[in-house]
Amino acid sequence: MEANKKLGIIIGKNTRAIVHGITGTQGSFHTQLMLEYGTKIVAGVTPGKGGTQVQGIPVYDTVEEAKEKHSANASIIFVPAPFATDSALEALENGIKTIVIITEHIPIKDAVNVMAYAKDVNATIIGPNTPGIITPGESKLGIMPAHIFKPGNIGMVSRSGTLTYEIAAGLTRKNLGQSTCLGLGGDPITGLNFIDALEMFEKDPQTKAIVLIGEIGGNLEELAAEYITKNKYPKPVVAFIAGRSAPPGKRMGHAGAIVMGKAGTAESKIEKFKNAGVKVAEKPNDVPELLAKLVSA
Amino acid sequence: MKLFEYEAKNILTKYGIPTPNGGLATNASQAHEIATKLKPPFVVKAQVLVAGRGKAGGILFADSIADVEKATEKLLSMQIKGIPVRNVWIEEKVQIKKELYFGITTDRFNQSYVAIASTIGGMEIEEVAAEAPEKIIKFLINPQHGFRSFHARHIARKMGYAGSQLSELGRIFERLYCVGMDYDAELIEMNPLVETVDGKFVAADARIIIDDNALFRHQEYKKRLLEGESELSPQEIEAMKNDLAYVKLEGDIGVIGNGAGLVMATLDTIQYYGGKPANFLDVGGGAPAEKIATALKIVLSDPNVKALFINILGGITRCDEVARGILEAEEKIGATKPMVIRLVGTNEAEGKRILTEAGIHVLESMEEAAQRAVEISRHGGK
Repeated sequence: MEANKKLGIIIGKNTRAIVHGITGTQGSFHTQLMLEYGTKIVAGVTPGKGGTQVQGIPVYDTVEEAKEKHSANASIIFVPAPFATDSALEALENGIKTIVIITEHIPIKDAVNVMAYAKDVNATIIGPNTPGIITPGESKLGIMPAHIFKPGNIGMVSRSGTLTYEIAAGLTRKNLGQSTCLGLGGDPITGLNFIDALEMFEKDPQTKAIVLIGEIGGNLEELAAEYITKNKYPKPVVAFIAGRSAPPGKRMGHAGAIVMGKAGTAESKIEKFKNAGVKVAEKPNDVPELLAKLVSA
Repeated sequence: MKLFEYEAKNILTKYGIPTPNGGLATNASQAHEIATKLKPPFVVKAQVLVAGRGKAGGILFADSIADVEKATEKLLSMQIKGIPVRNVWIEEKVQIKKELYFGITTDRFNQSYVAIASTIGGMEIEEVAAEAPEKIIKFLINPQHGFRSFHARHIARKMGYAGSQLSELGRIFERLYCVGMDYDAELIEMNPLVETVDGKFVAADARIIIDDNALFRHQEYKKRLLEGESELSPQEIEAMKNDLAYVKLEGDIGVIGNGAGLVMATLDTIQYYGGKPANFLDVGGGAPAEKIATALKIVLSDPNVKALFINILGGITRCDEVARGILEAEEKIGATKPMVIRLVGTNEAEGKRILTEAGIHVLESMEEAAQRAVEISRHGGK
C-alpha cells in the first residue's frame, strides 16, 4: 500500500487536531488515548489555561493561536454544553474544517446555529453527542475504546455509542475489520447524517460494505433508505434499528430518540430499509452474520 | 419538557397572541369564580400532559356556571390514562368558522427549524400529512435570518388569506416563532388556531415542548418539573435529579445499561425473547460506583420488577466501578431481586473478580443474559 494513501473517510494521517477543553478530566484522558493510538493531537485550548501543558501538548487560550502555531485542521470538543457552542463557533471562525463535538446536552437552538455556520463555510461537523470517528489502525478523533476495532473493509455509521461498540466488537470477533466507524451523534440536530456517510463510503475504495445503526426518532433512516433505492447504491448495507420496543412519546435516553405520534418508529425505518434491499438485523449479534454472507457472496 | 395547556396559553397571551379568555381552577369554587368573569358558553379542560385528552373525556362543555362547577368536579375526580387530573382550565367557547394549524418544529435533515401550516386544524398534523399532504405548507427557516414578518405573511397568503386577515395571521405566526425561540421550544403549535365567525383568529389550543437540554436557561420550568407537577413517575424524578436517564415501562424486567442505544437494544432483545422490560435506564458514560448504586435503587423501587438485567459494555465506564456499585446497592437495600449481569470491556477482569467473590455470576453475551432474565421473570422472579 502506498505510504500516503488515505484509509477510510474524513480523518487520516494529515489530520492535525486541537482538543477543546483539554484540561478537563475527559479532555485530558482522551487526549492521552488518542495520542497512544497515533492521532496527531497538536494543541489544546482552554481559555485561562494558556501556557500550560497537558500530556505534553501545549495549551492555548484561543483557537487562533493554536491553529497558527501548529497548522491545525481539525478540532475535537469536550467543553461542557453551555460553552460548547462558543467553542464550535470559534473553531469555525478560525477556519477549522473538521470538527468533532463529543459534548452531550447541547440545546437544539445552539446546534442549529452551529450547523448553519458550518454550512456557510463548508465545514464538516460530527456530533454533537457522538463517540467520534475512528479509522482503525490509523487515527481516531473520539472516545471509543480502540481495542475492539480492527482495520478492514466495513464502513460503520451510527447514531449511538456503546451499541456501536457492541456491534463493532462482534464484527471484529468474526474477523470483519472496519474501514472507518463514524458516530453521527444521538441528538436531533447533528452535523453529518446517514446519507452523507453513505456518499463518503461509496467513494472510499477501502470500504466494501456498510453497517448502518439507527434508532427511533426523526426520519434520517427513512431518507437514507430512499437514497439507497434512488441511487441504486452499489455497496451492500446491513442495518440495525434500536427501539423496536419503545413506546411513543418517551425519550429513550438520547435527545433524538423519541417516537412522536406515528413518526420515527422502528417499524417505519425497518420497512423502508427492507424495501430498499437492505438487510435488517433483528438483534445486534445478528449483524456480523448477515454481513459475512453479503461480503463473501 | 411538555408544558401544560394553561402555561402555553399564558405565554402566548403575554406575546400578544389571542387566546380564549380563561382561568385555572383546582376546585369547584375557584371554577365558579372564574366563570363569573367569563362569557358563556364555557369549555372546561383537564390539564394533563397525555395525548388524546379529548377522546378520553377530558374536555367538557358547559352553558351555565352551575354546569362549569359540575364539569370541574367531574374532571378533578378523573384519571386520564392513569394520570390524575389536578387542574382544569376554564375558558370561553370560541365560535368556530374554520380550524387551522400552525406550528414550528425541528427539521433534522436540514438542521434547522421548520414552520408547518395547514388549513386543516384540530387533528394531529401527522394525520393531515398522511391523508392530505397537499394541505400542508412547510417553510424551512434560515437560522441566520430567522422567521421574518414577510415569511409569515407569505404563509398566510398560501393559506388563502388576504388583506387585514393576512396581516393578523402573519403577526400571530411571527409572534409564535418568537415564543418558540425565547422558550427553546423543540415543538410549539397552535392546534387548532381558530378563525372565528367574525373573522378573527384565536389559538384555541396550544402546545409547547421545551428542549430538555435547554432547561438550564428556563429554571422556573425545571423547578416545576422536579417538584412533581408533571407527568413523571417518582422514579423518573429521582433519576433526573441524579442525572440518570430513566423511562418507566409496563413490564417486569428491570434494565440498567450504559449508553442509550445499547439500553434500547437491550429492551428489544428482552422483547425478542418474549420478556417485558419494566424500564429504560441509561447510567451514561463513566458512571462511578455510587451512581450505579443509585440506579439499582431506582429500578428496584418499582414494585413490578421481578428480575434485574444489568448490561454494561465498558468504554469510558469501568467494569470494576460497576461491580462495586452493585455490591454497594446490595449492602444498602439488600438483594431483593434476582440479577443477571453482563459485564464486558474496560477493567472487565477486575469487575468479574469482585462480583464472583461475592457469589454473583457474570455473563459475557448480551443475548444469553437477556434469555436468562426472561426465564427468571417467567418464574415469578425465582
